[in-house]
Order: sequence, then structure tokens, then C-alpha cells
Amino acid sequence: MLTPLATLRTGLELRLGAGARAWLHQALATAADAPHHVNEPGLPPWERDFAQAGRQCGPHALRPEGEAGVAEAAVPPRDPADTARVLILHAAAPDTATLARLYEHGTAAERRAVLLALPHLDPPPEREGALTLVEDALRTNDTRLVAAALGPYAAAHLDAHQWRQAVLKCLFTGVPLSAVAGLEHRAAGDGELARMLEDYARERTAAGREVPSDLHTALDLARFPHTAEGPAAQGTGTDPGALAAPGTGGAEAPEAGEAPDSHRTPRSPQEP
Amino acid sequence: MIALRIFDPHIHMTSRTTDDYAAMHAAGVRALVEPSFWLGQPRTSPASFYDYFDSLLGWEPFRAAQHGIAHHCTLALNPKEANDPRCTPVLDALPRYLLKDNVVAVGEVGYDAMTPAEDTALAAQLQLAREHGLPALVHTPHRDKLAGLHRTLDVLRESGLPPEHVVLDHLNETTLGAASDSGCWLGFSVYPDTKMDPERMIRILRVHGTDRVLVNSAADWGHSDPLKTRHVGDAMLAAGFGEDEVDQVLWRNPVAFYGQSGRLVLDSAPPEGQSYEGNSILRGGE
Repeated sequence: MLTPLATLRTGLELRLGAGARAWLHQALATAADAPHHVNEPGLPPWERDFAQAGRQCGPHALRPEGEAGVAEAAVPPRDPADTARVLILHAAAPDTATLARLYEHGTAAERRAVLLALPHLDPPPEREGALTLVEDALRTNDTRLVAAALGPYAAAHLDAHQWRQAVLKCLFTGVPLSAVAGLEHRAAGDGELARMLEDYARERTAAGREVPSDLHTALDLARFPHTAEGPAAQGTGTDPGALAAPGTGGAEAPEAGEAPDSHRTPRSPQEP
Repeated sequence: MIALRIFDPHIHMTSRTTDDYAAMHAAGVRALVEPSFWLGQPRTSPASFYDYFDSLLGWEPFRAAQHGIAHHCTLALNPKEANDPRCTPVLDALPRYLLKDNVVAVGEVGYDAMTPAEDTALAAQLQLAREHGLPALVHTPHRDKLAGLHRTLDVLRESGLPPEHVVLDHLNETTLGAASDSGCWLGFSVYPDTKMDPERMIRILRVHGTDRVLVNSAADWGHSDPLKTRHVGDAMLAAGFGEDEVDQVLWRNPVAFYGQSGRLVLDSAPPEGQSYEGNSILRGGE
């Protein structure tokens, strides 16, 4: 579920020390003023603030009592600099081309903030341009970017194949599936996802490797409510831990951190 | 083996493997600075620099964090490619990149073949360091080193950059005197065959002392060794230096130099879902 920006801002302000809070207020005012300075030469002041937010609002800028002031509603993004950058982006309301430029020339932290901001922006970014950024992040092996890419924007806009590949990539790279927004909704009854998860579980088991515990959660979702028609009914849907094919123990399985094999194609290209 | 905490102030991790990261962590390396330099073959456009900068600002810190090592960088147009007009437009993009949180200095700048184009790039980038409140990592040339150092010192004086904001790197016995007199920090690169070696480094530390001295491996794509910082620490202990002096050279000095940027973060949490030993050691570095 999308946490309202006001809640994010309150949560952040409760955590920040006085100096960082004052900086944030100034940065948000500067950003809100951005549309009046679009034609001025040089780097816009709000973009400088966006770049510098990590050293102004990073973990070191939290109040001495640390997490004591965190409201229960302060859900991810939890890194204070992430939240500060998301708030700055919302205030500046950049167009999609500016978002893309900030992402392309950004550090990993700046890229993460652009991804996290996508569902919050008003006006919303152009779908094609925003998805280009999400897809770029999903191609990386930086788990911070992969996790940030799979927020509510991806849940709403990624096509089925891309989304399934992203879920599988989380399992490959150790990103907890709790980072995938809308997992329960999108995975429910997705027979193709169930097939991919079962194949992956079999591959891991054949190699004598542990099956990620998150896989079972996703698999349970994907099997429901089409269990009778899905792969489970065809004899491959038992406990993935018991799926090792005899004599295949030497098969090469990808290591955690490897990208999923992009040459894999679903058996059924049709949407379930 | 005595536990040391090590900050390698100059190492090109882009060229190194995960085995190197693991060995460095086992040797005590908990933080490093990766200066931007040339890749061993020419770049042909500014876009190659942007991809490289992106790597130093994103992917490489991620790799380092997986091994419990804090990664910062310095950015610049290097002296060698300052001579290539296909590359010099990167100077126009540097101001935007020098704002980034992980950038703790401008560098490597300096001289390679001491050409007019190198004069221009060096002066322009020292000016950028002043404007951004950043220290500068200044490479001294491998050929004609002493003359190159004197020419570097002239440009530094003209720049107005305070000497305490400058480290002169790749120094040796012939350049130590003039470099020390300048008031700049003194960088020594310890290599298997060229530059300095641990035994000569000990002799320099005995004569000069441990103040303002930075020791680095400068390990890159060539014949080099990312554990040379550790070797110098061991050689110092064997030669009778105390653990506090080793800690000064291998940790507190680089922290003090790059800390002038105000951007050094040594107590960052490990990546989500991962933990590593030594985090508390890092916190003790400040």
C-alpha cells in the first residue's frame, strides 16, 4: 500500500535533528519554487539539494535518541535520505525527461529515490519513460535498486512477463519478497509464475542448494486459486524441496547474485 | 596476526576481483578511496567517463559493502586523457558529479607528460576543488618525476588551494623533501616491482615520521597487490613502530585527509539482509 507523503514527511521530521530538519524545510521550499526557474542557466538549486541530501539527512543526521521518535506509520522508505529525496522530487514536480536525467546521472542512492518517488509524483510521470527507469533498475544486480524498482509503480504498470522475471530475480539475488509491492494481488493464481518458481526450486534442489524460504510463500500464492488446473495438478507441484531429479545433482545452478537467465522463455506465452 | 584497521586511500577496485575484496577484509581493510583514472586503454568519448563515474558512485560501493568495506571515490579527468580532445568535454560535466555524496576529493589530477593540455586540465580541476570545498588527489608523474613535482607545486601555489587540502601521490625518496616542504599530505604507492616497496617505506617513515603520510596500494589492472597496505603495517611493527603509529598511518591519516570533504561515512550499515564483522571498528574510526 502506498504510504501518504504527509505520513512519510512526519515520520522523517520526527527522526531528524534540528539542523537537518531546517535544511529539509529550506530544500522543500526551494524545490517548490523550481517551476519558476526552469529557464535559468546552470544546475537548478533544487537538483543540488537532491544530490546532497545524503550528507544533510543521512543516518548521522538523526536525533540523538535515534529511532525513538519513529512513528509506527513510518514504513519504507526507511533510509532518511531516501525519504528526503522523495519529498524533494514531489515538491519539484519534475517532468519525465528531468526524472530520467536525474536517474541517469545519479548515484545509486539518487536512482533509488527516483524509483521510490514514481508512485508519488503529481503530475504522474509518463508511463513509457518511467517504465524505462524501472526496467533499467531491474537489469542491474544492485539489490538496493532492484528492491526500489519493485514498488507500487511496478506493481501497477509492469507487464506480466517482466513482473515474473523480477520476482524470480529477487529470489536469485536475495531481495526479500516483502519488497515486492502488490505481491499477493499479482501472484494470485498466476500459473506461469508457479511454473517458474517450481522450476527454480527444482534447479536449486538438484544442485544441492537451499530453496529460498520466500519461494514457498510466492508459490502458495501463485497456485491459488487455480491449483486444479495449474502445474501442481500435473504432478510437479509437490513440495519443491522434494523435486530433485535423480542423477542431476551435478547440474550448474546460478549462484545468488547472478542475474536470471534472460534466455528462458515461458512455456506458455499466453497470459494465464 | 595482529588486527589492524586499514584505510586504503588509493586503489582501483573496478579492476579487482571479489577474492581481492575478501582478502582485503581479512587483512583489516575496512575503508578505501577509489580515484578515477584511466582504464589501461583509451576512452573515446565523455560518455565512457559517465559510465565509469556511475560505477564508482553505485556499483563499486555496492560490491565493497558486500565485503564489509566502505567505498568512497574521487572524480576527475586524468592527466593522460587530458591530452585527448575526445575526452576533455568531461570537464564540463564534472561540477555536477562533484556534488555527489560519495565524492571525497577531486582526483587523480596532475601531470603525465607535462603538456599544455595537462596544464589547463590541472588548473581547471584545482579550481573545481576550491569551489566544491573538496581536497585534491594529485598524481605526480612517473617519468621526469622531480621536475614534474616542481611544476605541480607551482600550479598548486597559483591555485590558492591550501596545502592541507592536497595529497601529492606516488612520492619516493627523490621527491619527499620538496613535497614535505610544501605542507601537502604525502602519498606513497607501494607496489610489487615499481614505485615504493615496504622496506623503503620503513626507511622513509624513520626519517620523516608518520605525520601527513598516506600509504596506498594503488592496485589496478597492472601488476599490483591490494594487500600492500597490510604489508607496510606488518613491516612497521617488525621495525619497531608501535601499533598507534601504524594506526595513524593506515587509518587516522587517511580519515583526517578525506574527512576534510565532510562526506566521509565510515559507520554505514551493511546492505539489507547482510551483516559483517568490523562495523563497530569502523564506528571507532572517527
